[in-house]
Amino acid sequence: MPKLTIDGREIEAASGLTVIQACELAGIEIPRFCYHERLSVAGNCRMCLVEMERSPKLIASCAMPVADGMVIRTDTPAVQKARKGVMEFLLINHPLDCPICDQGGECDLQDQAMAYGFDRGRYEENKRAVADKYMGPLIQTIMTRCIHCTRCVRFSTEVAGVEEMGALGRGEHVEITTLEKAVGSELSGNLVDVCPVGALTSKPYAFSARSWELRNTDSVDVLDAVGSNIRVDCRGREVMRVLPRLHEDVNEEWIADKTRYACDGLRRQRLDRPYVRNAEGRLVAATWGEAFKAIAGRLGGLSGEKIAAVAGDLCDAESMLALKDLMGTLGSPNLECRQDGAKLDPGTRAGYLFNTGIAGIKQADAVLLVGTNPRWEAAMINARLRRRFLAGGLEVGLIGPAVDLTYPVESLGAGPETLKQLADGKGAFAKKLKSAERPMVVLGSGALARPDGAAVLALGRKLADTFGMVRDDWNGFNVLHRAAARVGALDLGFVPGEGGRDLVGILEGAASGAVEAVYLLGADELDLSPLDKAFVIYQGHHGDAAAHLADVILPGAAYTEKNGTYVNTEGRVQLGRLAAFPPGEAREDWTILRALSEVVGERLPYDNLGQLRQRLIGVNPVFAAVDQAERAPWEPFGQEGPVDPAPFELPIDDYYRTDPVSRASETMARCSAELLPAAREATGTDG
Amino acid sequence: MKVTSHPVGKAGGFAFTAENEARAGQIIARYPEGRQASAVIALLDLAQRQNGNWLSTEAIEYVANKLDMAPIRVHEVVSFYTMFNQKPVGKHFIQVCRTTPCWLRGSDDLTGTCLRKLGTKLGETSDDGLFTVVEVECLGACANAPMVQINDLYYEDLSPERMAGVIDDLKAGKEIPMGSQTGRQGSSPNGAAAAGVAAIVEEALVVGEDDGAEPAADEAAAASHDAPPTDADAEESVAGADELTGVDQGMVTADSPADEDVAVDAPEVAADEDTAATAPRATDKEA
Repeated sequence: MPKLTIDGREIEAASGLTVIQACELAGIEIPRFCYHERLSVAGNCRMCLVEMERSPKLIASCAMPVADGMVIRTDTPAVQKARKGVMEFLLINHPLDCPICDQGGECDLQDQAMAYGFDRGRYEENKRAVADKYMGPLIQTIMTRCIHCTRCVRFSTEVAGVEEMGALGRGEHVEITTLEKAVGSELSGNLVDVCPVGALTSKPYAFSARSWELRNTDSVDVLDAVGSNIRVDCRGREVMRVLPRLHEDVNEEWIADKTRYACDGLRRQRLDRPYVRNAEGRLVAATWGEAFKAIAGRLGGLSGEKIAAVAGDLCDAESMLALKDLMGTLGSPNLECRQDGAKLDPGTRAGYLFNTGIAGIKQADAVLLVGTNPRWEAAMINARLRRRFLAGGLEVGLIGPAVDLTYPVESLGAGPETLKQLADGKGAFAKKLKSAERPMVVLGSGALARPDGAAVLALGRKLADTFGMVRDDWNGFNVLHRAAARVGALDLGFVPGEGGRDLVGILEGAASGAVEAVYLLGADELDLSPLDKAFVIYQGHHGDAAAHLADVILPGAAYTEKNGTYVNTEGRVQLGRLAAFPPGEAREDWTILRALSEVVGERLPYDNLGQLRQRLIGVNPVFAAVDQAERAPWEPFGQEGPVDPAPFELPIDDYYRTDPVSRASETMARCSAELLPAAREATGTDG
Repeated sequence: MKVTSHPVGKAGGFAFTAENEARAGQIIARYPEGRQASAVIALLDLAQRQNGNWLSTEAIEYVANKLDMAPIRVHEVVSFYTMFNQKPVGKHFIQVCRTTPCWLRGSDDLTGTCLRKLGTKLGETSDDGLFTVVEVECLGACANAPMVQINDLYYEDLSPERMAGVIDDLKAGKEIPMGSQTGRQGSSPNGAAAAGVAAIVEEALVVGEDDGAEPAADEAAAASHDAPPTDADAEESVAGADELTGVDQGMVTADSPADEDVAVDAPEVAADEDTAATAPRATDKEA
């Protein structure tokens, strides 16, 4: 490793690093605008100039690779003068409108002007003005503020994989533009984060709060199964915005647009008090006591087999465990968490996890995607796959509907037949999987959420075994979930008990009258029509599909309003934290179930979250290992059998509206009207 | 290979002619597989020539599709280079050089003449659709300043009057020979200036007597003779040029480097006047 001296201190830096990275290793801050550690090097802002011995001029530290014997100085008068000069040039055409700029208070330019800049401007001529550009419903542009660092162009091309942004013109006349089109990426919100100035800001958040008024809470996202780490910014009780939080193994420092922008859905369509359906069949507001009484009256005397419970996609593990325990006291074995009908096998943890791990994608060299569109089902995982593709030597095959994943994908077939042939080692792609060092297969819910899902799962397992995907140092078998609650629910066994009904059984039972009461814990995505006759208790936070046919509504808390445990698709246990209290009468979900248990049956044996979490760990020890994605043992799962040749169908039609929160969001509605591929084709806004 | 997701360009009705299509194929074939995007500038030039000297969005996106590039990348290239016109221009696209040598020799007057005569502003196209005038930076013909480029040809040694004449001729559909408009051979000395230049050359010879001026001159002469004569030069030759050069009229082409011509003249001038020492004074007088 090259040894170099920085400000008199000798440090070793791996070759291939640049001087700016070596300075960071040495604990020295170098100001920068265009340099971003996850993007290619542009070297155009000149803010990172440092002095290098034997170089007649200052060097741009972001673009200079380290070499043995280099002597770097970052604190000389020449460097300070250069920074001051660069800063002054950058500010020549930058409007000093910080008081009305949304970036004010969290602006790189503002901060660095304070730290390294000159204390006054000497420029008296006219400043440049640039017309604002249209970049879609998520990104507000004030292009006069742009300093041409081109981070946004590099981000959209490299990370998002969407070549729609560019810098037109040259020199002083450069303008960043998308040619007046909305940025067609589900990662476009990150452009706001990479922009070091206020040129690209968040449109839904525009002029709504200042960064110093906000209370920041570290939490995790539940709108997909990735478990992106987020920071929830609240003012008072209101969630103003959601920002990414660095987690190298999950979302790095990006988040998907739904994660970031669906938060306005938390303010609308909320259930803020209990409702009970009266004799006329109308839902009327009630007190908690009345609601519980109505439930107790209906459930009292009902045998356990006639009661069923379904857990939804956004539930925390605590509330699901409380519901499971409650159902246990009522004697009901009819529990179901797979409301999309996926035939996942709860017996073997490796059979329902993304075993390779999100960070593990880096090592893969062949990927077979089955019945999934990772770009919509788990945008951060697709970004990882894309990065792996850019590193070179990745073969990607797809069985299922063709989708644009931003990297080349070989379309192999439409349905389980192709998977079967591959599992038998037939076909050209089989050779690629065979020769691959670390192959992986990803089964999406499009492949598993069908009547023959168990057989498809078994085929997936067979394929993994055929190609040696599971070894001591590698597990290439992956299930890609869409729901943040799913893995946690499977981990704590929120599945039919002995003789219990599964989803199909519950729905059939409800239609035939064999099931008389159904408890829906935030479950909106299932086929609700068979539940007409049954007594439906809906506990959740949004007045979405299921609330309309509920007989009793118990208002719960959304993910930003409760302390909850979530397990992401790779089996990583993460904690979501309460950022703001639930609205009105709504309460944290497990407390509702605990209170209900006193009325309808046996009191649940926990009085606080700590005790509940102890119980959680007792049910499954994985819940003790927070932020660990532990490897699960490879045991039998799936059920071999005949497969239906019908092609796989993708579960998501509209990326922007997949759950009660995003369906209530105005921003997401705008996105869906404008950004979906079909909408982009039709509107003609790009003519 | 396509490594990003990008929209397909909207080429509209634009497409290369069969001839340009073949030419584009040849250009693209120069680059290794997967590097076709390298042909973008050449293809844009073809498209611009085909499209009446400007690039429409359709033409730009047609090239993008042809090279499997994101349209925005081709738009970036087009907007970067000033020689790509992004809006329609007149049939005769007049680019007046305004960099220092031309400016000192009166490029402002040329621009003024053009604009007054055509009744347009810079960058605008005249009502008859024939002319667009723009100012550009150095076109590299400083020895014949002031000059303009009209479409692909240079018109040099212009006076405002001649500029007006050129516009009239173009309007009338006449062919105007390119190069010097005063009848100069290439960049060789001319008229009153010629005497002064001769004196300077003489002085240079005295100074450079020992360092092989003669062989250099021979070489240059030989090189000049190799240059093919053009019809335009032959017809346009005038007395002034004859007196000075005393060599084959056809030998100097419009694009011969200026210093070669001077070197060719040198031996003759030196032979005419024996008193090399008087040369500096002669120069002073002329000045």
